[in-house]
Amino acid sequence: MNTEDTEDTEDDEVGGAAPGGAPGDDDGLLPQLVAHLREHRNRLRQEWVGRIHSAHLLQAMTSQEMAAETTSVYDNYVEVLETGSVEALQHYARDLSERIIPRGVETQEVVGIVLLLRDVLARSLFEKYQRDLPLLNRVLDAYEPAANRIANTVAVSFVDERERVIRQQQDSIRELSTPVLRVRERLLILPIIGVLDRERARQLTEQLLTGIRAHRAKVVVIDITGVPDVDEAVANHLVQTVDASRLMGASVIITGLSPEIAQTLVTIGVDLSRLETIGDLQGGLEEAERLLGFIVTRDSEAAGP
Amino acid sequence: MIAGPRLFSILRQGTCLIASIHTALDDSQLVRFQHDLIATIGRDRARGVVIDVAALDVLDSFATCTLRDIGNMARLRGAATVIVGIQPEVAIAMVRLGLSTGVVETALDLEEGLALLDGRTAGSPDGRR
Repeated sequence: MNTEDTEDTEDDEVGGAAPGGAPGDDDGLLPQLVAHLREHRNRLRQEWVGRIHSAHLLQAMTSQEMAAETTSVYDNYVEVLETGSVEALQHYARDLSERIIPRGVETQEVVGIVLLLRDVLARSLFEKYQRDLPLLNRVLDAYEPAANRIANTVAVSFVDERERVIRQQQDSIRELSTPVLRVRERLLILPIIGVLDRERARQLTEQLLTGIRAHRAKVVVIDITGVPDVDEAVANHLVQTVDASRLMGASVIITGLSPEIAQTLVTIGVDLSRLETIGDLQGGLEEAERLLGFIVTRDSEAAGP
Repeated sequence: MIAGPRLFSILRQGTCLIASIHTALDDSQLVRFQHDLIATIGRDRARGVVIDVAALDVLDSFATCTLRDIGNMARLRGAATVIVGIQPEVAIAMVRLGLSTGVVETALDLEEGLALLDGRTAGSPDGRR
């Protein structure tokens, strides 16, 4: 059945010259090549899958998925060789990337499998034309540019998709706004989680100052337990935030400086003498309550833990 | 002295003075403000001064410096000074420019400022809540 299909396709192709084909004699080469690849589709695909396995690529996939995906990639590949149009492949590659990126497939794996396919197919061409060296050269002339373009397209699509995912994640991190929470009358807490970049730090200061005005806060506890890293820019921004809060009549207590961050800050020599810091959030809240004159006592009658 | 309407007001409230700035002052008006305020402190035997800048959307370096000077002069004449009503945008701009009010205290608004001065003149910290 396969052979019949192939015959038909080839006839059609010879009628309307392939768009990406080389001029002159070589016009007929690409369709011939495509026909060859279609004819040996199963054998070549199996060989390719074997190579993928032995190279330990795409180990996140089950063998069924692998069979389905490799078939699609193979067909797409041959189609691009035939038509010279990479649009369908681009689309497919983007779609594939969308599915496999969440499973931790790396760029090198994707590029790797496409290059493997290129090699497998090239080798089969060698086999077929090895007795006619000039013809082999012409076949390769027709095959190589198309194959390279395919590898390029797949890699670029994958990277594009990855960047799109990264951008999307950055946006969602930014949207997880930093909440300014009131825990007692005139006492706010500001838990910061995640990386503080310049934009986020600016947003944070603005929200804090607006919060101070809205809640008439006198004490603010900023907890940075969830901040993985503090560099000089962020530290200076914290100092500025504290100064600005003080101008609005609120004092700021910073809690949750990890040992690493403390070491970094002292080593890079940021002047933190104007910051009041306390080890953990609990200590910060207790100090804030003391400043505001709250006294928290446990009712001894009530059953405690 | 410069002529023209005053763009600020200085009111007495008990032993405190409340000085409100109504609109952005230029440098000469700031000097006039400083002069009038210091004179009034002596005349009214004030123990505290609240300077309300809530109407201002910008505080430049000269204005900040003048306010700081007023605070120091008032202290020499026996009055404590509080600057109140600095808006969030103004506060951000000030720290960006590296401006500070020095030893002069700041509070959120007029009410807070008066409460702070009350605590100060009564010789005790904030009352327990």
